[in-house]
Amino acid sequence: MQAACRCAFRLAAHYLAADYRSLPLITAHYIGRSLTERFHRERIITVDRKNRIRVAAIGGVAAVVFSVTIGSAKLPAADDHFGLPQVKFINEQVAAGWTGSSVQPSAAATDGEWCRRVYLDIIGRVPSVVELQKFVTESSPTKRPELVSRLLGDDYYEDEYARNWTDVWTTILIGRDVANQMVSRPGMRQYLRRAFSKNIPYDQFMEELVTATGLNTNSKGVEGFNGATNFLSGKMEENGAQATAKTAQVFLGLQVQCTQCHNHPFNKGKQNQFWEFNAFFRQSRALRKSEGDQRWVEMVDEDFAGEGGNPEEAELYYELRNGLMKVAYPVFIDGTEISKNGYLPGSLDDGTKYGVNRRQEISQLIKASPLLSKAIVNRMWGHFLGYGFTKPVDDLGEHNPPSHPELLDGLADQFREQSYDLKELVRWIVLSKPYSLSSKATKGNVRDDPALGEKPKFSHFYLRQMQAEQLYESLLTATEADKSQGEAAAKKKDDWLKQFIIAFGTDEGDDSTTFNGSIPQVLMMFNGDLVKNATGTGKGGFLDKIASGPLRNPAKIDMLYMAAFARKPSPKELDVANQLMVARKGDAVGALQDVWWAVLNSNEFIINH
Amino acid sequence: MSSFSDGMAGLNRFSAGSYGIPEGMNRRHFMSHLAGAAALAAPATAFTNSILANATDLRKRHKSAILLWMGGGPSTMDIWDLKPGAATGGPFKQISTSADGIAICEHMPEMAKQMHHMSIVRSMSTREADHMRGRYYMHTGYVPNPNVEYPSYGSVIAHELAEQVPELEIPPFVSVGSGSVGPGFLGMTWAPFVVDSNGNVRNLDMGIDPTRLAQRMEMLATIEKKFIAEKRGGSSDDHAKVLDKTVKLMTSKQMEAFKVSKEPKEVQDKYGATGFGRGCLMARRLVEIGVPFVEVDLGGWDNHGGIFPTLSNQKLPELDKAMSALVSDLSERGLLDDTAIIWMGEFSRTPNINGGGGRDHWARSWSVVVGGAGFKRGVVVGETSSDGKEVVSEAYTSQDVMASVLKSLGISLETAFTAKNGRPMKIANAGKVIKELFA
Repeated sequence: MQAACRCAFRLAAHYLAADYRSLPLITAHYIGRSLTERFHRERIITVDRKNRIRVAAIGGVAAVVFSVTIGSAKLPAADDHFGLPQVKFINEQVAAGWTGSSVQPSAAATDGEWCRRVYLDIIGRVPSVVELQKFVTESSPTKRPELVSRLLGDDYYEDEYARNWTDVWTTILIGRDVANQMVSRPGMRQYLRRAFSKNIPYDQFMEELVTATGLNTNSKGVEGFNGATNFLSGKMEENGAQATAKTAQVFLGLQVQCTQCHNHPFNKGKQNQFWEFNAFFRQSRALRKSEGDQRWVEMVDEDFAGEGGNPEEAELYYELRNGLMKVAYPVFIDGTEISKNGYLPGSLDDGTKYGVNRRQEISQLIKASPLLSKAIVNRMWGHFLGYGFTKPVDDLGEHNPPSHPELLDGLADQFREQSYDLKELVRWIVLSKPYSLSSKATKGNVRDDPALGEKPKFSHFYLRQMQAEQLYESLLTATEADKSQGEAAAKKKDDWLKQFIIAFGTDEGDDSTTFNGSIPQVLMMFNGDLVKNATGTGKGGFLDKIASGPLRNPAKIDMLYMAAFARKPSPKELDVANQLMVARKGDAVGALQDVWWAVLNSNEFIINH
Repeated sequence: MSSFSDGMAGLNRFSAGSYGIPEGMNRRHFMSHLAGAAALAAPATAFTNSILANATDLRKRHKSAILLWMGGGPSTMDIWDLKPGAATGGPFKQISTSADGIAICEHMPEMAKQMHHMSIVRSMSTREADHMRGRYYMHTGYVPNPNVEYPSYGSVIAHELAEQVPELEIPPFVSVGSGSVGPGFLGMTWAPFVVDSNGNVRNLDMGIDPTRLAQRMEMLATIEKKFIAEKRGGSSDDHAKVLDKTVKLMTSKQMEAFKVSKEPKEVQDKYGATGFGRGCLMARRLVEIGVPFVEVDLGGWDNHGGIFPTLSNQKLPELDKAMSALVSDLSERGLLDDTAIIWMGEFSRTPNINGGGGRDHWARSWSVVVGGAGFKRGVVVGETSSDGKEVVSEAYTSQDVMASVLKSLGISLETAFTAKNGRPMKIANAGKVIKELFA
């Protein structure tokens, strides 16, 4: 806080209006930048030393130091890009690809399909029947941007938004394997939940993770917790080789792990680059600590004496394949060198400053690299569209050219200019034309199938199976089960997720999942406790309430279909369902259970389409 | 509708209980329930179009393969190709074996008695020394390619041999303890069925009577077909096929094969009370009933530090006991002539011993072990230099091992697959057979 110039203002008015759209729009201007947001609760805006505007929940005293204009609410434009230049840009770029390859886009997805997608992709679960009906029955031409704003901005969805992205990023940062003793999943989650609740800028997010020091576990009575340490706390063995590889992979989209031992066989990656990158992590250590029965890991930065024993030129050595040893100092991938000094920053008695914090330095170099925004744009595009511009999404090496290079670069530039705001990036992608297309392929685009090894053209929505976490949350929503949040709920989910994890028995903790459409997954859906509970017929439960409710039988079946598929049953499906009603001989809840079981086990439910 | 009700008559004895399939139920019987349920909807369900013979005779002659996968990259110069006296050689001594002129590590005394059944290829030379890349390469014969997913050994061999065993109701590719590598362009129906070494398969019981299960499946089939007909992409089709396989498995008596605890105690003891021991025993049981491909995983070979005590105290005793039991058991039961065994990891470890008393990743010169089926037994192929750092004879690759395994099983190397993009893919990436492995 002392580092940033903290300029804040407090909005005097309190708004009682419950209707989101009636709230006034506030625009804050500061040195050529502006931020526009509807405030529906007390908010504070700060400007950091890079002149970026930040918004956070209010606290403390505030003073107005820059101009604030309060205008009337401007609704999103009803054109094909809702007045957002970034959406227009995406639409134009993707359409140019269609023309270039003579591919015809599919028709638009239905409102129900689109609604199901945004809920699944933004907050990690299917919409409830109420949420779905509300959206589908609305007639406003701008209802799509409005729904997106609600999912990204409403207090009501804040926890779910944070939970979903916490799930996604826990997997990215520390994988699914729960066995690594040097990592605290609750600690990691605690950090991520806070980061995504506050929507901290992505460059700051990277910096906090890459430079984190402190304790990885929030133990009772022990000071100094910093959950962000868990990104690297389990990757510091063997001189931080994994910390090196993962930092490059996650934040720069560079796969450097092969170059640890040799030059890359088919790109420009050289072995020295791996070790020069690794040199940035040599001041850092993960220390196991304990007190009584409490255990934790502390990430610390310490002076690095260098392997040659001269801390002012703290070098490391690595071995070439021919057995020769070579020296390396911290050099970033673009060739930028930093001081070779291994001492942490300090000052002599006469005030002379010396030393350097290598992790701080690399975080600044990553911030300055265009790859930071390219890598996250590619990752987010892949999250929403099913395929990134490259496959895999975290390999942007020169050997792996992207499908839409101008679009990737342009979006990355926009993302950087908009202060690395992840929610804005989400908004542009989900409001774009390619995201709104039907998943039904046509004659004109059936060959646009990345599963065939073609570069994606995004001319129809590519199917993908829900992640295990999405399925779990969706079943809770669809059955209106208790959706308690917090660590106890997360632990319960972790326990359930464990059954799918396969570890590969390497030091790198690689893992995979059997939640991949194979038999164990189907068995879990057929017979597992989660689905057993979801299809339970107990008094007061989801099925019981529908069965004993006032709806006529066909309308009851409708309810189940809406809850799972965001559509009504076809006549044929209704016919089979009716036969089940007959077969159960008046046991309405039993028949609904059969239908519900079939619905939850279907491809249409498990696939995001 | 009335015919549907009729179909239910007299089935009350299958009351809902804790069994997926009631006692006394066999697959044909279950199918008769499905036939009754089919009256629910006009077209017959997609899940039941193959009514199978009641499998009583499963001991027909069929080929199988067992891959013993050493995850992490085992140091083969400490196991199969020792260099005693060399600076790189490490502390282990070698002992002679039941195969003339073949010596292996002193910590493999039981395998030493079985080496006349096995052969060592000491001249492997590959390029992938990253775990994930090496794992993929050694499983598929191809280096990772962002545009095509290649099928692994298990998927290829299951795909080629499944028709030998039409009575097989459990998946043709079982992976014990590890996820193996997937089916790639062959599709999810050829994916590994992953079980733990205790043979516990989760979630097998639905707890409802078979008629009702059949009715549910009818409803499910209706939804599946509608979605597939909308042409949204291949994964919806795959889903239906996996459903079909799952129902088959849930209603199969062959699931017994996973239960290693049914073996006599002395047999279990012979394999060892370890995860890998149980996995190897399960592999024999699965091969016995006709499963074409079983992979058994033994991880923990990524010994960057303190390698020698780890090998002599833990890894090698576990490996030695289980692997030797498997080889001798298959041999005694007359199964070895039809069952190929492959022992390998993703790569090996550096001849140089690092400062932490460990060895790092090394792919340039290493060994794999094969045996059984059509392989020539008790021979060594190839040679490495006296320090273990170079192959000094003709070098072999993943593709060559795969081609040789296929040949040992009688699978034609002229087989070509068509990847989803229409490109023909030669089986085993056109690897060449290692001729010294065949008589």
